[in-house]
Amino acid sequence: MEAILETRKLSHIYSAGTPFQRTALQDVDFTAYTGEYLGVIGHTGSGKSTLIQHLNGLLKPTAGQVLYQGTDIWSDPKVTHQTRFHVGLVFQYPEYQLFEETVYKDISFGPRNMGLDEGEVDRRVRRAAEFVGLEDKLLDQSPFELSGGQKRRVAIAGVIAMEPSVLILDEPTAGLDPVGVEAILGNIRDYHAATNATVIMVSHSMEEVARSVDRLVVVNDGTIPFSGVPREVFRHGDELEAMGLGVPQITRVFLRLRALGADIDPSVYTVEQARAAILSALGRKGAV
Amino acid sequence: MALKDITLGQYFPGKTPIHRLDPRTKILLTLYYIVALFLADFLLTYALLFLALAAGIAISKVGVRNIMRGMKPVVLIVVITTLLNLFYTPGTPLVTIGFLKVTAEGIWAAFFMTVRILMLIAGTFLLTYTTSPILLTDGIESLLSPLKKLHAPVHELAMMMSIALRFIPTLIEETDKIMSAQKARGADFETGSLLQRARALVPLLVPLFISAFRRADELAVAMECRCYHGGEGRTRLRQLKYRRADWAVIVLGLVCCAAIGVMGRFGL
Repeated sequence: MEAILETRKLSHIYSAGTPFQRTALQDVDFTAYTGEYLGVIGHTGSGKSTLIQHLNGLLKPTAGQVLYQGTDIWSDPKVTHQTRFHVGLVFQYPEYQLFEETVYKDISFGPRNMGLDEGEVDRRVRRAAEFVGLEDKLLDQSPFELSGGQKRRVAIAGVIAMEPSVLILDEPTAGLDPVGVEAILGNIRDYHAATNATVIMVSHSMEEVARSVDRLVVVNDGTIPFSGVPREVFRHGDELEAMGLGVPQITRVFLRLRALGADIDPSVYTVEQARAAILSALGRKGAV
Repeated sequence: MALKDITLGQYFPGKTPIHRLDPRTKILLTLYYIVALFLADFLLTYALLFLALAAGIAISKVGVRNIMRGMKPVVLIVVITTLLNLFYTPGTPLVTIGFLKVTAEGIWAAFFMTVRILMLIAGTFLLTYTTSPILLTDGIESLLSPLKKLHAPVHELAMMMSIALRFIPTLIEETDKIMSAQKARGADFETGSLLQRARALVPLLVPLFISAFRRADELAVAMECRCYHGGEGRTRLRQLKYRRADWAVIVLGLVCCAAIGVMGRFGL
């Protein structure tokens, strides 16, 4: 697989040289591959938000490099500015960034900053709105009249409309009700499937991430202790628990069953996998 | 530079004798000091006040560098005042550059005015650097409480002030966050003509105002939920109390201030 975004020995220190100095990232080597759906997981204050703000050049590394398609994004101010369009970042609670009179205008803010012509802007706005399930009639409304969940979709559409090759979402489901959570996760999956863009989803909820992603990166204390496919990462159940992350509930049940002496494969993280694992274990028993 | 690095009026926690003085004592002292600065008229009186200020800074352990850092935003005002005094004080001309005249009196006036402003700022910074915003507003409320007899809304004003102070860091953080979010959508706050830059602020200011109003609304509801109904009959968790050191400092400060006033009168 080809790497699209990489960090090399990335370190970041906040308020360096003052009494409030704090190291947020320490020699982090992070890689995202073209077209993958990547989950970044870590508890509050682990450094995950600092990490993703480096990926599109919002924060400048104290030490180390950030590479987009092999080019250092800080090599030239123009490259830095362009990186913001290639690597789209949706912040936590993005609805607080809405400012335009209509939904349409707000979504078009990003594409307009890219200097695209009117026709292209229009095409992108409508496509982005469709991806997040916003009906046409909403486009002429004020974003401030919408519900919380709808505002969030508008904000996400505002980034999708730039058609970035890498889409990063920081806790996109925070504060939504279960229906809203499912809808947003579905939108993101559809977007990933339809565009083949790299999607990076940041979360502190294992349950949520485990179901969608191809690969997981765990951030703890400004470093990346492990990464890999969910199955691999969840083998470190105890260490994850110590970091305050935990594993999905179903995995925890299976780890406990295993500890109680059941002959069962504990590396499951969805209910379907659990069902298959139980059936196969029962099958073996039946054969004996 | 991140917005968070602004130090203007920031509180530096500590346990020095100055930190432990009652906030009212410190406010009174600062007032004495300001009055004395304007009564002082000549080198000796300024030297005495400078000594007092230096002693205060030394005891508070705030550090000269922090005081200097806080002065940065007022440099422009100081420079303009100095220049105005230098060129527009009537008297015997020393040098004439075109229509500008520099007089001997002008040089004196400019020098004293600059010293006066810088010392004024340094002194008031000493107050805000060593007193937490909450204690500061408590102190102001308590000092102004006699005005309640005249139906002045002292408590309300103090409450507004503490809320404003409390939310400054929050708003700065919020500004930082919204700026980042708009930059991620390609907004450009740093380049372009003045008009372009002013227009670039719209995507920042609209969300900022909306969130400020939302916060204000939430705070009002939260306060009402806890039965806040203004200052009447309200008691405090932290009672302000003058200790012996406070009285000593208040009396001493008053005497010094009067002495400086008298010395200034005799042209010392």
